[in-house]
Amino acid sequence: MGTLRAILHEIIGLFVDDGSLALALVVWCALVGLLMLTVSGVTMAAAGAALLTGCVAILLVNVVTAARKRRATQAAH
Amino acid sequence: MTWIELAPTVSAAFLASLVECVEAATIVLAVGTVRGWKSAFVGTGLALAALVVLVLVLGPALSQLPEQALQLFVGILLLLFGMRWLRKAILRGAGIIPLHDEEAIFKSETANLKLAQTTERWGVDPIAMATAFKGVLLEGVEVAFLVLAVAAGSPALIGPAALGALAAAVLVTVAAVAIHKPLARVPENTLKFAVGVLISAFGIFWTGEGMGIEWPGHDLALIGIAAVLLGASLLGVRLAASPARPMEAR
Repeated sequence: MGTLRAILHEIIGLFVDDGSLALALVVWCALVGLLMLTVSGVTMAAAGAALLTGCVAILLVNVVTAARKRRATQAAH
Repeated sequence: MTWIELAPTVSAAFLASLVECVEAATIVLAVGTVRGWKSAFVGTGLALAALVVLVLVLGPALSQLPEQALQLFVGILLLLFGMRWLRKAILRGAGIIPLHDEEAIFKSETANLKLAQTTERWGVDPIAMATAFKGVLLEGVEVAFLVLAVAAGSPALIGPAALGALAAAVLVTVAAVAIHKPLARVPENTLKFAVGVLISAFGIFWTGEGMGIEWPGHDLALIGIAAVLLGASLLGVRLAASPARPMEAR
């Protein structure tokens, strides 16, 4: 039972480590998909570029925020 | 299918599997060294058999999904998986979190195994067998997912992706048998960085395909996406490494 729980925990952990990063990426993908469905005239290149740049921006904001938080925690101790 | 089409899939499967196999090898080495090789090999064999069953069940089940839904589902999972690795590799590269240390993991595993009471059932040590089984199964699940996921766009890619993973497993096994020590010299963070870039690129590509995006250059767009991600990740290391400057007093 403990092994099964560990496996399940590990499988979830494969995709979600920092919850805010995972949530932001899923929301961004949903937004781009919604944009493609609702707004006429969105070109494939624009949708692809939006998907890529959004994901990159989310990653960069996340690492910079995480680094600042880590430094602030270390400074506090 | 040309090498240009195969290369991203095979290299992603090979590099990702290399990282996971090194981690599994550390656990099996710890078990074998402390509690005996028979139990370590039985645990490893059972885990490999469980993985084969998992792939045989999941593979055909996934192929029943409509292609576009499968690409979207697998694309988002790959994106989450790849970005998680990339985030960790960037923070490690910037010195924000410590590097993964196989030597330290080996020492901690061996210390735990030495503390556990030695028992024997049917000629094998159940604790040792379970430790090897769990370690190989957990890392193997990641390898199995990656092989199925990077080949999500075409069943013809599953074979080459599996061969990439198998090559990594063979390479790590040969190295572990030859040196009999944890493979601490493998540049784990560099590998994780490269794999994070590749897997995230696959994730963005398949998510886009699943949404109906037709990428310019089709499969070749993967290389462009990976290049953008690599550049952004290197920038991420620099940004994360540089402390925020306080505003200067005027």
